[in-house]
Amino acid sequence: MHSFFKGLAALGIALGVAGTAHAAEYPLVKPVQQDWTFAGPFGHYDKGQLQRGLKVYREACAACHGLKRVAFRTLSDLGYSDGQIRALAAEYEVQDGPDSFGEMFARPAIPSDTFPEPFANPEAAAAANNGAAPPDLSLIAKARAVERGFPTFVFDIFTQYAESGPDYLYSLLTGYQDAPEGYNQQPGTYYNPHFIAGTSLSMPQPISDGQVTYDDDAPETVDQYTRDVTAFLMWAAEPHLETRKRMGFNVMIFLVLFGGMVYLTKRKVWANVAH
Amino acid sequence: MSGGHSTYSPKTGLGRWFDARLPIPRLVYDSFVAYPVPRNLNYAYTFGGILMLMLVVQIVSGIVLAMHYAATTDTAFDSVEKIMRDVNSGWLIRYLHANGASMFFIAVYVHIFRGLYYGSYKAPREIIWILGCIIYLLMMATAFMGYVLPWGQMSFWGATVITGFFTAIPLVGEWIQQLLLGGFAVDNPTLNRFFSLHYLLPFMILGVVVLHIWAFHITGQTNPTGIEVKHKTDTVPFTPYATIKDGFAMVVFLIVFAYFVFYIPNYMGHADNYIPADPLKTPSHIVPEWYFLPFYAILRAITFNIGPIDSKLGGVLAMFGAIAVLFVVPWLDTSKVRSAVYRPWYKLFFWLFVINAIFLGWLGSRPAEGWYVPAMQVSTAFYFGFFLIVMPLLGLIETPRRLPNSITEAVLEKNKGAAAVHPAGAQASPETKG
Repeated sequence: MHSFFKGLAALGIALGVAGTAHAAEYPLVKPVQQDWTFAGPFGHYDKGQLQRGLKVYREACAACHGLKRVAFRTLSDLGYSDGQIRALAAEYEVQDGPDSFGEMFARPAIPSDTFPEPFANPEAAAAANNGAAPPDLSLIAKARAVERGFPTFVFDIFTQYAESGPDYLYSLLTGYQDAPEGYNQQPGTYYNPHFIAGTSLSMPQPISDGQVTYDDDAPETVDQYTRDVTAFLMWAAEPHLETRKRMGFNVMIFLVLFGGMVYLTKRKVWANVAH
Repeated sequence: MSGGHSTYSPKTGLGRWFDARLPIPRLVYDSFVAYPVPRNLNYAYTFGGILMLMLVVQIVSGIVLAMHYAATTDTAFDSVEKIMRDVNSGWLIRYLHANGASMFFIAVYVHIFRGLYYGSYKAPREIIWILGCIIYLLMMATAFMGYVLPWGQMSFWGATVITGFFTAIPLVGEWIQQLLLGGFAVDNPTLNRFFSLHYLLPFMILGVVVLHIWAFHITGQTNPTGIEVKHKTDTVPFTPYATIKDGFAMVVFLIVFAYFVFYIPNYMGHADNYIPADPLKTPSHIVPEWYFLPFYAILRAITFNIGPIDSKLGGVLAMFGAIAVLFVVPWLDTSKVRSAVYRPWYKLFFWLFVINAIFLGWLGSRPAEGWYVPAMQVSTAFYFGFFLIVMPLLGLIETPRRLPNSITEAVLEKNKGAAAVHPAGAQASPETKG
């Protein structure tokens, strides 16, 4: 029980929540549904967008947020060649060892390594960030969802709505604004009514217009950066999405045709039998 | 009645050799080929076969997952992510298993509601019903432990809440809880033993399923009229009639299953379970998987003390009572008429019960505040009222509709209306195979 209360205290500090409103009311502003290329039965990733998103992640997010479940070799999904991936990986240093002298050593990363963590451990991460450790982003696009409410959650089955995470990430990252009159802003927190766990969070607006230079013609705005990095994070969380949906199409076609034939067979078998 | 003389006659030398030593082909023939099945079964009766299919799917996908899963608190979450990313088709096997569990419960609820509607629990089928309740209980234990294995936030905190129930038992509660947990809180010993039991229980379910099938092969199946089989014309052989109908129902069920697996695989899950378990961070709302939500609502409906029983114990008793009451349903229903088709009042209360069960499930997902609490209480009262008041009373005061004399008569009556469409020959000789 003691650790439970300790945990609650840690949660309170981590969130920096100023108000005492009940958690069910957050976020104050619900996410607006966005268009994503990976939505729907024929969803796919736009490789160009994923490459831009990777650039935004590396330049604006990677200083604080890890991506520890993504191996460099999987970046071939983004359209990079083996050589490009090896070169990209080699820009990072990872710890390896022990060597034959029993010592740990640093070496450049190779494609089979994963993105190295920005901090040695969660305590160091929290200490460097106002007591709140920045979460790893490998699964963030699936680890956040805002309740849709009745009856929308029923319609979601038929519209195949599975983008609750990306819609939330987009709304959060573009949702920073000035706090209302008389709002008690705790030091080290930033007002954002789109935040899922309170009115303010410990992360300041992470990106501003023109911060990242794109190699293609895409606009260098917060809106575009956010869409691109969110799509990249969705890929990081669900790398096999395209295979899944393509296989699903084939499976459904097969099952419907097969089901039709089984049904006709059933009708034939039962044709002269009263039932 | 199906306890008849076996008509299996092996045609080949090998067949006769085997039959004299271990008559499994005879058993399969008697149970699934020649076995007589009422001719008027509708698609509600196909869910037993569907459940068998889902049990096989879960066992096969589970065994493959277990080859890659690591059951310690340090490695569990990472091993599941390895399955999702690196294991060939691992994402597919994982989503099949996770969504398969939900589909398993959808099928079991349809199967149970079918039993309640058509009076499948009434004499002489009480043991079939009780075995079914045992299967349901084992399924719930299996699913609960399976959900803990990925070691996400909901896995950990759901386990903490559920195992916390045992502390409500007076005197020995805390001791029992620590025995189950393997410690003072949900931790590595808990995860390890849950993995062991999660692997074991499905095979216990398989054993009870065998008893369940054996039992209803002795009594024979019910049918929508609730009239027992009396003549040969009441039934058709299992193969090809039930085989092809069950097969078609399975394909339709697979279409729904595939839709979830391939297009919305995380719909029935909770986003918080993609966050690694953290004993120091409590999620804002701890909810179990959807198939437990009605019982979660009943648990939280008891907010008051009843004499020496405090609200925590009261909630736990109500929750277990809601499952326990199912076991005694054969003795709660006093009606001489089996099927709701001929019981207009029972039919009404049955559908109210279904709507109430769905409402109770939705309430289970809500926080225990505001108008949700009295709603949970009213809904819980109706749940128990259906079993403890409606079922005993209605059998005594209800006037049933006129029953047909036999299944054959009911089928002929139904087809008389369609005589203009179908050729007369089909109606005149129902006892010959089509």
